[in-house]
Amino acid sequence: MKELSLHVMDIVENSLNAGATVVEIKIVEDSKKDLLAIEIRDNGMGMDEETAKKALDPFFTSRTTRKVGLGLPLLAQAAKTAGGDVTVHSRPGEGTVVKAWFKKSHIDLQPLGNMAGTVASLVALHPDVDFIYRHVIDGRLFRFHLREIRKRLQDVPVNNPLVVDWIRKFISDNLKEINGGAEGWG
Amino acid sequence: MKSIEELEKIREQARELINLRKENENKTRIVVGMGTCGISAGARQVLLAILDELKKRNISDVIVTETGCIGMCRFEPLVDVIKPNQPKVTYVNVDADKARQIVARHIVNNQVIDEWVIPNI
Repeated sequence: MKELSLHVMDIVENSLNAGATVVEIKIVEDSKKDLLAIEIRDNGMGMDEETAKKALDPFFTSRTTRKVGLGLPLLAQAAKTAGGDVTVHSRPGEGTVVKAWFKKSHIDLQPLGNMAGTVASLVALHPDVDFIYRHVIDGRLFRFHLREIRKRLQDVPVNNPLVVDWIRKFISDNLKEINGGAEGWG
Repeated sequence: MKSIEELEKIREQARELINLRKENENKTRIVVGMGTCGISAGARQVLLAILDELKKRNISDVIVTETGCIGMCRFEPLVDVIKPNQPKVTYVNVDADKARQIVARHIVNNQVIDEWVIPNI
């Protein structure tokens, strides 16, 4: 993966494969603490303790098309390379929480990349899931809740191409705003 | 900055398009491979390019959906085009530019781009 936002997309796909109907993505950037943290929380089917432990092992997967699972181990590797780590908390029937953290100033930290593209893509492909996306940069919060968008759209589906395009721009513009107007969010 | 109020306008625009095309029940499907391999190979950019091209061309009767890893990771990003009553066509090693051409040539003009296709799987 070239960007952390692609890891986010991949981990969320795991949540959706686990039957999640609500997925919360939270990103916190804190310059003072030199920290970048990503949390993905879902209400999918969850895993027992043993499976959750195995989830970080590249030679474990629940899929049948190949013998290695790579999503979480790739994220864990990216985190460890940048002075951080990943934890997975899960219980059967209660969903899963994946937390990853990174040293923000670390030279090997992957760029966060196009979060607006990730969220817009997820909405386009999974219009029935309630996505909640929160992003905090040094105390400035942007919050996106797909349910609010859906309410305003009434009978128009959220995966209509016009709507998906609006969502991508909406998120991109707001991230620029809380980032102090700096470019680079895509 | 964009605000959520703008959605009212989007809603009206989208509704007009939907009403025009309500009759068409037999829909074309575009399927993008979104396994770890696909995402890593650039499937998100491909998907966004497809959606953007559909938006620009006012096409709202195409269903865009995803599939997981089908075991052909080295050909990712993969895009299937399934038109009603026609066999599935699988495009391999797609990028954003190819994706736009697939919409223009295959979806709109109904011409399969043979050199980017692998035989039916």
